Parts: sequence; C-alpha cells; structure tokens
Amino acid sequence: MISNKLTHLFNRKSTDLLNIFFTAGYPKLEDTTIILNELEKSGVDLIEIGIPFSDPLADGPTIQESSKIALENGMSIEVLFNQLETSKHDVPVLLMGYFNPVMQYGIEHFCKRCKEVGVDGLIIPDLPLEVYASQYKHLFEKYDLCNVFLVTPQTSTNRIKQIDEFSNGFIYAVSSASTTGTKSNFDDASEYLNKLKSLNLKSPILTGFNIKTRENYLAACKHVNGAIIGSEFIRQISNPKSSLQDTVKDFVSSIKND
Amino acid sequence: MSKYQVNEQGFYGEFGGAFIPELLYPNIEELKENYLAIEKSESFQNEFQQLLKDYVGRPTPLFLAQRLSEKYGAEIWLKREDLCHTGAHKVNNTIGQILLAQRLGKKRIIAETGAGQHGVATATVCALKGLDCIVYMGEKDIERQAPNVARMKMLGATVKPATSGSKTLKDATNEAMRDWINNPEDTHYIIGSVVGPHPYPDMVARYQSVISQEIKNQMDGLPDYVIACVGGGSNAMGAFYHFLDDPSVKLVGVEAAGLGIHTDKTAATLNLGTPGVLHASRSIMMQDKDGQVIEPHSISAGLDYPGIGPAHAWLKVSERAQYMAVTDEDALKAAVECSRLEGIIPALETAHAFSVLKDLDLKSTDRVVINLSGRGDKDMNTYMNELNLK
Ligand SMILES: Cc1ncc(COP(=O)(O)O)c(C=O)c1O
Repeated sequence: MISNKLTHLFNRKSTDLLNIFFTAGYPKLEDTTIILNELEKSGVDLIEIGIPFSDPLADGPTIQESSKIALENGMSIEVLFNQLETSKHDVPVLLMGYFNPVMQYGIEHFCKRCKEVGVDGLIIPDLPLEVYASQYKHLFEKYDLCNVFLVTPQTSTNRIKQIDEFSNGFIYAVSSASTTGTKSNFDDASEYLNKLKSLNLKSPILTGFNIKTRENYLAACKHVNGAIIGSEFIRQISNPKSSLQDTVKDFVSSIKND
Repeated sequence: MSKYQVNEQGFYGEFGGAFIPELLYPNIEELKENYLAIEKSESFQNEFQQLLKDYVGRPTPLFLAQRLSEKYGAEIWLKREDLCHTGAHKVNNTIGQILLAQRLGKKRIIAETGAGQHGVATATVCALKGLDCIVYMGEKDIERQAPNVARMKMLGATVKPATSGSKTLKDATNEAMRDWINNPEDTHYIIGSVVGPHPYPDMVARYQSVISQEIKNQMDGLPDYVIACVGGGSNAMGAFYHFLDDPSVKLVGVEAAGLGIHTDKTAATLNLGTPGVLHASRSIMMQDKDGQVIEPHSISAGLDYPGIGPAHAWLKVSERAQYMAVTDEDALKAAVECSRLEGIIPALETAHAFSVLKDLDLKSTDRVVINLSGRGDKDMNTYMNELNLK
C-alpha cells in the first residue's frame, strides 16, 4: 500500500476536490515554483505539473503552446526536479508527462527523484495499463508513486474495472472524449459520470479536460469526487491582468468562491 | 513464424507495441481484434484483388533498365510502382484500409500526409467509396507539394494545415491522432506508412507486400539486392516483405541525409537516431538528450520524418537489412540521371534509392531491384527551382 500526501488527502476528503494543472517552466522558466506555492496558498487540494514534450499528442492547442514555450525557456525533467527540490510544499503533487522523455531520463532514476522532491503521483498518458502492469508497477510502488489512468465515455465497463484495480491514487475521467481544452463548452456529462459512480469503484474519480468555470466545477463535483482544470488555468496565466501571484489567487477563488 | 514478423504482443524484437493514450484504446483494440480476420475473409480478398487489378493497374511491371544497367555494370530492374493509379505505391495501402474501414462501419476517414501522395491516395479511395475525407498536412509541405494539395481538393477532400513544430509530416501525424481522439466512434485513421501503434505497422506491411509478391512472380529466381527509399518505410517494407526469409537477398533501405548526416539538417533516422517512443510505437528516432524530438530536414517531404517504422528498426538491429543515407544534392543528381537514362522522372523520395547504385560495389552478375515508389510529377516545382528548368 502506498502512503503519501495524495493517499492521505483522499483519506481525509472525498468531495469537491480541486486539482489544477499547469505546465512547468511557463510562462517563464522560474514561474513553476511561484505558481505551485500560490496554488497551495490559495487552497487547491492537489496540483498536476506538466512536463513539456515536443509532440504532445493528447493535448489541445493551449497546452501545446505552453509546452512549446516552456521548452524554449529551457525546461527539462532535470530542471524541474531542481526547481521542486528547492521549494517546500505540503500539497500533493503529480507530474504529467509523455513517456519518451521519462524513458530517456531512466525510469527508475526518474521515480527516485520524484520521491526525493516530494512528488506523489504520475500521469503518463501514453504509458498503457498493460505495459505499466508488466514492467513498471513495482518501480512506481517502490518509490511511493501513485499511477493515474484516464477513462473516457468509450471505455468499457470491464476496462474501467481493470483500471480501477491497478489504480492507487484516483481515476481521471475525461468529461468528453477529446484532447485537452478543445471543446468550447463543458458538455453535460452527468449521465456518464453517474454511470462511473454507480460502478462503486475503489478509486476516487476526478473529472477534467473541459472545465473552465465555477459552474462547471460544481456540476462535476455533484457526480464525482472532484474536478481538474488545466487549459483554462493556462489561458489565465498567459494573459495575466495583474501579477502572476494575484492572477493565480484570483482564479482559484473564482472557482472556489471564497 | 519468421523472426522478422510481428509477434503476438505487437513487437518486432524490442520495437513496436502500442504506446497509446487510453483515449485511443477502444479504436486500437477494434483494429487489433479485426484486421487479420477481415484481411483473410473472402469478401475482402475478392474486392481487394479486383481493385488492385482494375483500379490501381496491378501487377505493375518489372522493367529491365538497360542504360542504368550498362552504367553500373549490373542488371538493374525497376519495380514500377510509379505506374500505380495516383502515381505511387501509397494506394495499395489505402485500398486495403478503406475496405477495412467499410467493414468496421466507419463513415469518416482521416489521414496525415507528407509528400501528399498518401493524402491523394486516401482522397481517391474515399471518393471511390463515398466516405468523408480529412487530410492533415504540414504547412511547409502544403507549399512544396502544391499540385498534390490541388488534387486532394479536386477529389473532394478537406486539407487541414498542421501549423505546429516543423510543420511537416510529424506534425501532421500529431494532428491526425488528435482528430482521432476527438472523434473516436465514426472515424478510421488511415496511417500512410508502417508506423504508429500496433497493428498499423503489420497491417500496412501486409497491404504493401503485394510489391514483393509480384517481384517474386516476375523474376526468374531471386534478386541479389532489393533497394528502396525509406521515410516511414512502407514501400521498402512492401518490397522486402517476401524476401525477409531469403538470406541471399540483400535488403537496402535508403534514408534522407538532408544536407548530410554530420549536419543538423537531416532525416537519417536509422543512421543517427536512438531508441524511443514516437507516435505510439517504440522504434528508433531522432531526439535530443532530454527525449525531445529533433525536427528533421529533407528536400523530399515524404522522407522528412524523425522516426521510422519499428520493423525497420528491428531489421537494422538484427542486421537483416542495411540502411544508407543520401543527401538532397545526390538525390537530385540521381533524379536527373534516371530521367535521362531511362526516360522516367522519379519522385524525389524514390530518387534517393537510385543514388546508392554508385556506392554498392556491384558485380556484373548481380541482379538489383529498385522499388520505383513514385513518379516525379508532384515534385516539378522543386525540380524547376533546384535544377534551373524555368
Ligand atoms: C513516392 C514516395 N516514395 C516514398 C515515400 C516514403 O514513404 P514510405 O517510406 O512509407 O514508403 C513517399 C511518401 O510520401 C512517397 O510519396
């Protein structure tokens, strides 16, 4: 059994979880820890940090663009670990990134460094369940890293149950089958989310991909344990109306309404 | 089973697999479950063979190139894929995949294209079958392959520019995969080469294997060499396929060296790359130390790709095939030579294959087959500019 900041969070809280995603090294290289600290202060429950990749094929235009700029800024896995090492945080943190950069870094070395810098979980969209289970599960567990899988309305019930069995953090339910942030509206996915809920999975469910507003967030939280906001947050910090810190703080409070 | 064929898990040795986001799992499962049974079915085979014959114009001739033979002191045979309907081998695969898509009940077809040949071949079969067709093409390629863009439009396809990254084939592939993620139910993605997640590399190789099947039938005995250019590797795999287990046949793949393999403007993946995962398969790819993909360069849009099909990575590592690299400049020279000695203007991609004749140390008894993957009509803009033909 994995015991870390993330599993402790789920033991303590199971409703209205707010998870914010942002890309490491964006808008500027050194912004990673500024955003992380401000999100933590603003009271988000957990944070996903994206490791930029040159070919992010599960992402829409907003995250593609932020990844491209982050790479131009000089972001890499090593730089990110160094940034996280020097910043103290108590909020659960997950890293989200594509498999190739992680593989080139060295999977075990990567897992070890994650633990050292206070990372609790990983989302690697192009690491399929079968490969994870047969080759990497033991390494992730050795370094207390939860692995998070995605499900969509097209995922069969059997497959969802299989994914649940191998999940030790949460399940990431994509609200409508799409690359991140491309649909202009949060589809009313209540039927799908209710179906997920009715399966009585052992893992908490967070839903994401097209959530933009407090209204979307509340709608999502009615059905499942929480919501993930990515592209909309990136859009906000791309065009800050005030300082980066204030932009982060204002956005989070607009969602939580406090 | 041959050690060069894909195994049950979708791997060629250490290469291949399906490193797909869960979002594509149902689509890939559906293909994996069905592609072999559909290919074996009588209805598929009847229609496939009939279309290859009456629509594509197969079998394509195997032509003894007398003047090239004289020049290089060996018997040089040309497998005339340039004579296929639409002008390249690409249509063998799109015929196979459109028949598959129909049998899976798909209504909408997407594709990526580099040189535009695969896009044209896809638009063609979509017109033939009355299916919607959307082709993703890098912005840079839209410019340098203008005639093919017009052909796709004339055939009723929508051409969508890929504006990210190097704005070439790799980026068009990313866009096509994103489209598939967004349209998981009614859409089939016709990949244009032996790349992508399992079962694509095997499926495309099977549809292209008609090339080597015909060469075997057309030749008396075995050739000593089979030579083909390699972008993703589909025409080469088609030409190698039925010779993989004939060890006396030397298999030669030819990559694009761009400005040279010692420069940073190159697409010589197997000569310069390292193992990694690109477009959902583990193969050899051009990447930096952080695992970010390096943007390739080749004068030829169809070879301008930083990856290669996993089967080729395996043929290289297991030393069954050798992979040479030819510069932009040498490819242009070879294109002129083939035009003037044989009266055949080859595609720029194909011209790379001709350029290695001078480097192979051929004996007079050697019988060499070059897969003439496509004709040069689409490249006339580039030829006019580079060769001062205006
Ligand atoms: C004529 C021709 N040859 C070769 C290629 C390269 O593709 P492959 O390596 O899959 O045969 C292309 C691609 O567009 C092409 O048009």
